[in-house]
Amino acid sequence: MHELPVTESILEIVQRHAAAAGVTRVVRIRLVVGELTGFVPDSIQFYFDALSEGTIAEGALLEIERQPGRIRCRACGRIYEPLDGQIWICPDCGGLGGEIVAGKEMYIESIEITEGDHGDQS
Amino acid sequence: MEIKVEEKILSANDRLALENRARLDAARVTAVNIMASPGAGKTSLILRTIEALRGRARLAVIEGDLASTVDADKIKAAGVPAVQINTGGGCHLDAVMIADALRQLALDDVDILLIENVGNLVCPTNFALGEHKRVLVASVPEGHDKPIKYPSSFVDLDAIVLNKMDLAPYVDFDLAAFERAVRAIDADVPIFHISCRTGEGLEAWVAWLMQQSGLS
Repeated sequence: MHELPVTESILEIVQRHAAAAGVTRVVRIRLVVGELTGFVPDSIQFYFDALSEGTIAEGALLEIERQPGRIRCRACGRIYEPLDGQIWICPDCGGLGGEIVAGKEMYIESIEITEGDHGDQS
Repeated sequence: MEIKVEEKILSANDRLALENRARLDAARVTAVNIMASPGAGKTSLILRTIEALRGRARLAVIEGDLASTVDADKIKAAGVPAVQINTGGGCHLDAVMIADALRQLALDDVDILLIENVGNLVCPTNFALGEHKRVLVASVPEGHDKPIKYPSSFVDLDAIVLNKMDLAPYVDFDLAAFERAVRAIDADVPIFHISCRTGEGLEAWVAWLMQQSGLS
């Protein structure tokens, strides 16, 4: 059920930004989701289709860009992508773990509207 | 045509979490978000903590579960104010639920607020509540590979409580492997070895909690 509140949040943000820009139709929503968020986007489109019915984003396609996790080694500074299901260990020096530099993202990058459908022109 | 948005999906939750934090700070309450998988011993740890801090600190508890008031009833029976949140099917607590629960508590009479999150090692970590400290309860029978399988749950913690240490001789739990996997994620986080059943190790945990709350 995690995906339901997340999807509600997405719709709320999209509607707000679209209204501010005077847009009446959103066709595509680009999201960035880090691998280390534990967030599985599979069912989001499903929830989105249901929730967006009758809104300006009805039928919009969600494009989800997965951001791989990236860890900076504490010992040597090398930035590496941890392997799924394995301990975080630097492939260069063997140092344990490190600081997360990417993979915790979860944001809406942009929305695409239909050509000519802009508040300025109506 | 494309419009830039660049807004965090959970920005509304994050904003409300900051408001919760401000309310807690105004009432000088230290809030602790307690996360774990189901059955790790969150409620047992809270009950033991209540017992240990009786007369030393004023506690309150927010209980998150999918359904029932079983946990809050146990807390109230121990003489501590408790608010039960039932999330329905929800897999985690969020800042809205905490805001509602805070309204039901007399915060001025509370030193430490323990928030028991929904049993789940995945989702709670993404939702800020306004808490000051984040604690994960792991337990020996779950196995030593939890930090490898669920690394995001072990990020940004203030403490790890490893419960059910009394069962270590009976299950294949490799403590060194567990600690190595934790250290791969966090070099410094304190790990408390405890047993809520026997009471072993609880004093160190309680001393840490008092110190983090500015009460010792």
